[in-house]
Amino acid sequence: MKIPFKYIVRNLGTRKLTTGITVLGVALVVFVFAAVLMMAYGVQKTLVATGSDENVLIARKAANGEISSIIDRVTADIIMTLPNIAKTPDGKPLASGEPVVIINLEKIGAGGVSNVTVRGVSPQAFSLRPQVKLKAGRMFKTGARELVAGTAIESRFAGAKIGDAVRFAGDNWTVVGTFDSDGSGFDSEMWGDANQLLDAFNRNSFSTLTIRLERPDAFPEFAAAFEKDQRLQQFEAKIERRFFEEQSEMMAGFIRILGIFVTVIFSAGATIGATITMYAAVANRTVEVGTLRALGFRRRSVLAAFLTESLVLSLVGGFVGLFFASFLQLFSISTLNFGSFSELAFSFALSPSIVISSLLFAVAMGLIGGFLPSVRAARLNIVSALRSS
Amino acid sequence: MDSIIQVQAVSKSYWRDSFEIPVLNNVSFEIPAGEYLALMGPSGSGKTTLLNLIAGIDRPDKGQISVAGTNIGSLSESQLAKWRSTHVGFIFQFYNLIPVLTAYENVELPLLLTSLSKKERRQHVEAALTVVGLQDRMQHYPKQLSGGQEQRVAIARAIATDPTILVADEPTGDLDKNSADEILKLLERLNTEFHKTIVMVTHDPRAAEKARVVRHLDKGEFKRS
Ligand SMILES: Nc1ncnc2c1ncn2[C@@H]1O[C@H](COP(=O)(O)OP(=O)(O)O)[C@@H](O)[C@H]1O
Ligand SMILES: [Mg+2]
Repeated sequence: MKIPFKYIVRNLGTRKLTTGITVLGVALVVFVFAAVLMMAYGVQKTLVATGSDENVLIARKAANGEISSIIDRVTADIIMTLPNIAKTPDGKPLASGEPVVIINLEKIGAGGVSNVTVRGVSPQAFSLRPQVKLKAGRMFKTGARELVAGTAIESRFAGAKIGDAVRFAGDNWTVVGTFDSDGSGFDSEMWGDANQLLDAFNRNSFSTLTIRLERPDAFPEFAAAFEKDQRLQQFEAKIERRFFEEQSEMMAGFIRILGIFVTVIFSAGATIGATITMYAAVANRTVEVGTLRALGFRRRSVLAAFLTESLVLSLVGGFVGLFFASFLQLFSISTLNFGSFSELAFSFALSPSIVISSLLFAVAMGLIGGFLPSVRAARLNIVSALRSS
Repeated sequence: MDSIIQVQAVSKSYWRDSFEIPVLNNVSFEIPAGEYLALMGPSGSGKTTLLNLIAGIDRPDKGQISVAGTNIGSLSESQLAKWRSTHVGFIFQFYNLIPVLTAYENVELPLLLTSLSKKERRQHVEAALTVVGLQDRMQHYPKQLSGGQEQRVAIARAIATDPTILVADEPTGDLDKNSADEILKLLERLNTEFHKTIVMVTHDPRAAEKARVVRHLDKGEFKRS
């Protein structure tokens, strides 16, 4: 391209108001676009962080979440005899059979009721998930109808503070402590004694069984033994992290599709804004274009110059939008996760690929918006353009 | 004497709706190298149209135009663009400087189309601005200059590439008398001192006076003078 870049940039500078408004339009759309992707990524990151690479989660093959999975005690015992499972100091397999249920709790502020996951755990659950740490109060006692609440539950739901009683399964469960799990999905759960939970719900089966591998790379061996056992055909063993990652895909995918659908509609507005701005630029500079062409600059140079101008406009908008979107990382929100049918708290999270997609989105708006005006500029007849002074 | 511009039986008309407006009617003439020609005639007589044809920014309906041995009608559009950048220097009535570029950058603009290095371009720009007496205004933007100074920058831009011909359409049409005189003196100097071939359209008799040859166009034909 022969038309100097400073010509393009300075022309944008001469029309500060229209340039500013157009940049703002693009920035707004990119902000929303990035926010949606950051939300989806935040959900994913939270759920992925929930799982560990050293744990294996066993669920029923047909189940699409922990809630709908059932593992009876006999099966759980069979699984615990498989090789490659880490042992506790007293020689027992390091495993936690966990009933997972959903209860209703009232949300603070929002004035509604939402689903909360209650997980029944064995005492070993805390060795399996060392990231889960008691923050306040005390741990629930084995054999008591007591719960500990994840930090996100404590802060977002009414009646989930230490000392409060939560009513479900025909009984009152006392909240005796709160725990923190480093921003993972467990923060949005309440934990209690697995046997008490089974008892209260009159159940005899866990939802899932989680075991710790004796070595991080032992999964293939474990999985081979698992698959060979005819009695376990209806069940599936997955690395825990992978399991939660898959759980996040539906929710993240839904947010992404809805969000992208909405922003693409928004983007039509910003793109038309860029088109109007660029048409005005071409109209204002018709004589200039005629002059440049007379001097020997070619149609394609004129096309490139105006397209670049539109591109610079939209890229600046893209950076502005991203700049403001990056502050969303400071916020954490909660919403119903379709994977687990319960409330999940998460933070907006930015990734390099979100930065790139947002900028590409801005570039697309600039190129599409600037295309017709640039073509008009390139197709101007030199003599008529010069006569229009 | 060698003629540098040959216009042979050129006709051109414009169409407005379905009316044909004949502008040039079978015009033929030659301009020798080093000529300083003034084209005069009433408004609408086709002066600008003829100048545009010679400068290769418009094409005739009929006839042929050769400049420095090139039949410019045979060139493709991009060849013609390249040809203009090396052979034609344009001077416009309203200067047509790019407002967002400094005097220096405006003069450098046509040089960007050549293969000159940045350093060589600088030498050309400085030389051209020195010829027009504006070497101390290089970093000024057009709006910081008077009309006469703007036209001098435009002339510097026109001569920076050392083109074969200079075409000027009413170069003093927008200037006060003093500035106009300066511009005319400058054009005269370019012709005598630098041997530039100049074709100037004007309806100002004082401007025409400075040219070596004056031709009168009327209703698309040359009047015998
Ligand atoms: N693009 C155009 N469309 C229609 N008519 C035109 C166009 N350009 C010039 N004309 C007409 O051609 C005639 C000659 O114009 P021009 O060459 O500009 O004359 P001059 O420069 O001598 O005043 C005028 O009648 C003008 O209206
Ligand atoms: Mg004219």
